[in-house]
Amino acid sequence: MSKYSANDKGFYGDFGGAYIPELLYPNVEELRQNYKQIIATDDFQKQFKSLLKDYVGRPTPLYLAENLSEKYKAKIYLKREDLCHTGAHKINNTVGQILLAKALGKHRIIAETGAGQHGVATATVCALMGLECIVYMGAVDIERQAPNVARMKMLGATVVPANSGSKTLKDATNEAIRDWINHPKDTHYIIGSVVGPHPYPDMVTQLQSVISKEVKTQLLEKEGRELPDYVIACVGGGSNAAGLFADFMDHEEVGIIGVEASGKGVETNESAATTILGREGIIHGSKTLLMQNTDGQITEPYSISAGLDYPGIGPMHAHLYKTGRGKFVSITDAEAMEAGLELSRIEGIIPAIETAHAFAIFKYLDFKEDDVLVFNCSGRGDKDLDTYRTYFGY
Amino acid sequence: MNRINRALAQDKKLISIYFTAGYPQLEDTTEVIKRLTDSGTDVIEIGLPYSDPLADGPVIQKSSEQALRNGMSTKKLFQQLEGIRKTVDIPLIVMGYFNAMLQFGVEDFCKECEAIGIDGIIMPDLPIDIFEVDYKELFEAHGLKFIPLITPETSPNRINTIDALGDSFVYMVSSSSTTGGQQGFGDEALSYFKRIADMQLTNKLMVGFGIKDALSFEQASRYTSGCIIGSAFIQTLTKTGLDGIPGFIQSLK
Repeated sequence: MSKYSANDKGFYGDFGGAYIPELLYPNVEELRQNYKQIIATDDFQKQFKSLLKDYVGRPTPLYLAENLSEKYKAKIYLKREDLCHTGAHKINNTVGQILLAKALGKHRIIAETGAGQHGVATATVCALMGLECIVYMGAVDIERQAPNVARMKMLGATVVPANSGSKTLKDATNEAIRDWINHPKDTHYIIGSVVGPHPYPDMVTQLQSVISKEVKTQLLEKEGRELPDYVIACVGGGSNAAGLFADFMDHEEVGIIGVEASGKGVETNESAATTILGREGIIHGSKTLLMQNTDGQITEPYSISAGLDYPGIGPMHAHLYKTGRGKFVSITDAEAMEAGLELSRIEGIIPAIETAHAFAIFKYLDFKEDDVLVFNCSGRGDKDLDTYRTYFGY
Repeated sequence: MNRINRALAQDKKLISIYFTAGYPQLEDTTEVIKRLTDSGTDVIEIGLPYSDPLADGPVIQKSSEQALRNGMSTKKLFQQLEGIRKTVDIPLIVMGYFNAMLQFGVEDFCKECEAIGIDGIIMPDLPIDIFEVDYKELFEAHGLKFIPLITPETSPNRINTIDALGDSFVYMVSSSSTTGGQQGFGDEALSYFKRIADMQLTNKLMVGFGIKDALSFEQASRYTSGCIIGSAFIQTLTKTGLDGIPGFIQSLK
């Protein structure tokens, strides 16, 4: 049992658990009782591995970014999750959960989405498996992420606008949970990140941990060692980070760095740097660090990247932060945009703006020249071209 | 005897009304309580509005958003309720979401409730296992009844576990649904009400979610101690303001 994994009640130290209304209990309990066992079956593993290989395109390359390494004087590897089918790591999780849903006999799939990446990844696997797909998306996000809305519709999903609250990701999640309450029998809810009630944070981490498993094998090939000196990933809810950190957390010699979005700056009211601005609280059924006012009302985060503006972080990350095992850095919109441009110019890789945040840490952290750094290049920037273009005035 | 148990001991079907504190106007809270009491309401659930009410449908969500915009807060609610026991003697229950309680401090929250004369607490997202281990003693020490929820999907074993946690009433959710979603009850719901009543629990039963008029009230209270009405009442407040309260209560009878 790992020191940094969930215990049997889903707690990571003080964080996690399942703070859910009784109305959700049967749904969550069914999943809790079955997920480990289903994931462990040969049948699941065989299908999961086969789909990850031939459908998603795994293993994704571990690429030594020589130009970036030269510039920042460290050995920098990129785990190319941006090359996955649908353009980000999100699909690792949806492939796994759709197999789980089928094993549980569910035929209706619901999901929440912010920027639309998880919605697209869910709509994709639903199309593949022939299951009904309903994606909740904040009305505001539907406006600003039109291409992903079109993709989901083309894949046959129904996109339902969340008109409650601030009409963004947290409200889309609320609506998905309400849908699940109203459909306790036939529906599986595919949460897109390592958030929500137990067992989701643990389950999604397990499904994404293929990232760190591949890194180990690939690094052994390239460097003659399994363990890098640092693993670095952006954190919104934190699924790409959880996937990269999973198999390294218990190796204390591996530095863990989570990169949050500070938006226009942590001193402004427009930020999503949860470890700095958040306090312990409950969101979407999980006790974690959470941006909220003194009364416990959840506040709306801001980031130029729609994938990072979640007011909490996964409970595992909250635990890594609180124990000091993980270091968290926050990066502004401007720093992330410059880092995205730099990666494009010197490596020929246009990253998602979420991902770009991770590449902006060099201003704040020093590394030794022989340090081996593994970045999760979690998503590609196609979906963000409009934002990049507007920002840089192309 | 706790006011809730006193009310439950009466030989009548109880009308329990939920309303969102600070709605429609911030300072309406105590006036709503008084008018409800004067109109013959048996139990009142005072809703502490929350930004993300997971178990609630659109009507209560909207009233919560409005109340928060009006300036409602935990502290403000406790200030408004100070002295309420000089004029109101029916059971008062605070209903809210656990994060608000957690941020105020669970113990301080309980103390404030006790000082005001609150009789019980409904926290839909405070799970029973965490309540039992961490907060049961605290609630009891402050004379607060913990009102647990059950739904049609709750297994008999779990219902027995839940029954053992409280000693007032169990909040029976009429169907698997967020609040305000139902259109009257069919055979399935009625047989569920009867099935639970036949279990002869220690706690009395009150049915909530989907009760809006005399017919649904009669159906849902046939086998139980009464009903909890939320969304339909909020809609009345929205349409007719506080003056609509007596008529609404009368319409349930």
